Amino acid sequence: MAHTTVEHAADAAAFIQNQERTRWHDQALWFVRAKRDKAARAVPEWEQLRALAGQIKRHTLAHLADYLLQFEEQALRHGAQVHWARNADEHNQIVLEILQRHLVRKVVKSKSMLTEECHLNPYLERHGIEVVDTDLGERIMQLRQEPPSHIVLPAIHIKKEEVGQTFHTHLGTQADATDPNYLAEAARGHLREKFMAAAAGITGVNFAVAETGGVVVCTNEGNADIGVALPPLHIASVGIEKLIPRWADLAIFTRLLARNATGQPVTAYTSHFHGPIPGGELHLVLVDNGRTTLRAHDVFRESLCCIRCGACLNTCPVYRRSGGHSYHATIPGPIGSVLNAAHDPRTYYSLPYACSLCGSCADVCPVKIPLDQQLLYLRGTIAGAKHLPLAKRLLMKLTSFVMQRTWLYTFAGRLARWWLPKLPRFLVYNRLNAWGKQREIPAFPKKSFRELYQNRQRHGQ
Amino acid sequence: MRIGLFIPCYIDQLYPDVGMATAELLEKLGVEVEFPVEQTCCGQPMANTGCQPETRPLAFKFLKIFRDFPYVVCPSGSCVAMVRYHYREHLSGQPGFEELVGKTFELCEFLVDVLKVKPLAGSFPYQVGIHQSCHGLRGLRLASSSEVVGPSFSKMRYLLEALEGITFSQLDRPDECCGFGGTFSINEEAVSSQMGLDRLADHERVGTQVLTAPDMSCLMHLSGLMRRRGTRLPVMHIAQILAGRAVSAAY
Repeated sequence: MAHTTVEHAADAAAFIQNQERTRWHDQALWFVRAKRDKAARAVPEWEQLRALAGQIKRHTLAHLADYLLQFEEQALRHGAQVHWARNADEHNQIVLEILQRHLVRKVVKSKSMLTEECHLNPYLERHGIEVVDTDLGERIMQLRQEPPSHIVLPAIHIKKEEVGQTFHTHLGTQADATDPNYLAEAARGHLREKFMAAAAGITGVNFAVAETGGVVVCTNEGNADIGVALPPLHIASVGIEKLIPRWADLAIFTRLLARNATGQPVTAYTSHFHGPIPGGELHLVLVDNGRTTLRAHDVFRESLCCIRCGACLNTCPVYRRSGGHSYHATIPGPIGSVLNAAHDPRTYYSLPYACSLCGSCADVCPVKIPLDQQLLYLRGTIAGAKHLPLAKRLLMKLTSFVMQRTWLYTFAGRLARWWLPKLPRFLVYNRLNAWGKQREIPAFPKKSFRELYQNRQRHGQ
Repeated sequence: MRIGLFIPCYIDQLYPDVGMATAELLEKLGVEVEFPVEQTCCGQPMANTGCQPETRPLAFKFLKIFRDFPYVVCPSGSCVAMVRYHYREHLSGQPGFEELVGKTFELCEFLVDVLKVKPLAGSFPYQVGIHQSCHGLRGLRLASSSEVVGPSFSKMRYLLEALEGITFSQLDRPDECCGFGGTFSINEEAVSSQMGLDRLADHERVGTQVLTAPDMSCLMHLSGLMRRRGTRLPVMHIAQILAGRAVSAAY
């Protein structure tokens, strides 16, 4: 079977075909970015917080094994049960085993990119367990059988009219309903039934504190809290990069996270879990799934500092105009392009090129991951491994060959400037000329700079 | 003061007046300008495609050509960022390399930080839209970027603001990328063009009369989009305005 690669440019072009949606998607996300700017500017020590957060994360990664063991020890003291999963399969098996042991058939799950990464939902469904995503955006996506297109705003690519249609089909709301209050109320009623019926709650984790053994979950809807407060069984999936050393460090991250993500001063709910509820069980599943491989890499290690605020997606001019699905990855946008291409450069070879290297992602990042530089570095990996189409590689070889020879460069330039303007338009503007699809090429001057300059020197002007 | 003038290949071939304006401006400020004719391209298209073996000889060629100049000045933030940040993996440890990094400047930063010039005198009675070319903005920090919290500054605006009659566009998105991005403009043609059209719409909405930038490549892309659509917002490299060119010299 031929290897399927992700072709971002083609999917982006298809997304842009719908101009109205592209404009609206771009503006919706820019609105979030502008709110973020305002919230960040209200904190005079913002840049100091970013620097500190970056240092804490880098420190934690450098001593990760120690902090993980400390976390486990403290979590056990609170009565939590700790599991270690090397990869997605192990994670899914552990979760299934816990659920089966408790004869659980219905589960509610709050937002967790890690369970998306592990494809937990389809796995549990295959084993006869109903999983209901309780974050509103995620529930909409689940009903539509689509993956989230954004890590914080899963349904940002669809409009309220489409939500209305989806709810009409699945929840029996009025046809053509578009009123957000009405639709949200319908979702609330629907989810309430699911909460009441669930025998277990699964959550993600935003921060795991080594010093206390506690985990912190940040949501705006309170769905994580109700999801784990009603049933006696709480399973939290924790990526091992979620560790922070001390309780005192947490405030730095909670001050950054919501402001950078959506421009809110703090998420509506910041919930701390230290051990199970009375009579219940708390299971913490610590997942590697490629993280130690990234950690061992001198360049990509920094990408593990990510706190999943989503700001690099919101600010990315390419993401805003191509939509999350064009990345074909659990995590899209700049950070997703780094994580996926670092993990599988062959499949995701096009993602590091879906970037104009504008650097906005790095400037907006709350932990200062040099995302644009990582994407540039990845291009070297991809070209070096010959994952680039041959035509592109040859073009670069040819360009380099010409540029190494001043006489050839001068000659080629003169020839092009003389010859190209004489060609009939269809020879210059055709499907081989991607530049010329929507753009004119510059008017060719008769003389190059070097000719003008040398003339001037000769005639002593 | 003697400088080696580093003219990006596409300016040499396509926008010769930008090079001439840069040379004239520097000479007017008392700088002794020398243009070493062996120069071609800094290698950025290859580097940004990830083709390091194809970049390497051009980095060596550049070092050889410019090693002995006290300063190297270039009317492109992007090409200077290439030398400053991306030559290291090829030239680290080569004699003269560390010095080269320290003495290679983009035109505006050379004027402001090295020559320490006052804002230039002259007249330019237009509403000017400054396009913040990304590598100059976030790479060289020629101006404050909208993401970073701190005092706002702009070396471009500082140089322009004493010109008689000049006013500046207040954009909705002060420093969004135009979508050029070198080979990105070809690889991701649809997104690239959309980004450029959005940037132009922002300038048109606020009434920009002349569009300028410290990088001609952004303007080449934006101007290409406009010419296809028959709209004509004059584009000028900042060196052209600073050298006193009339708007009739715009591209």
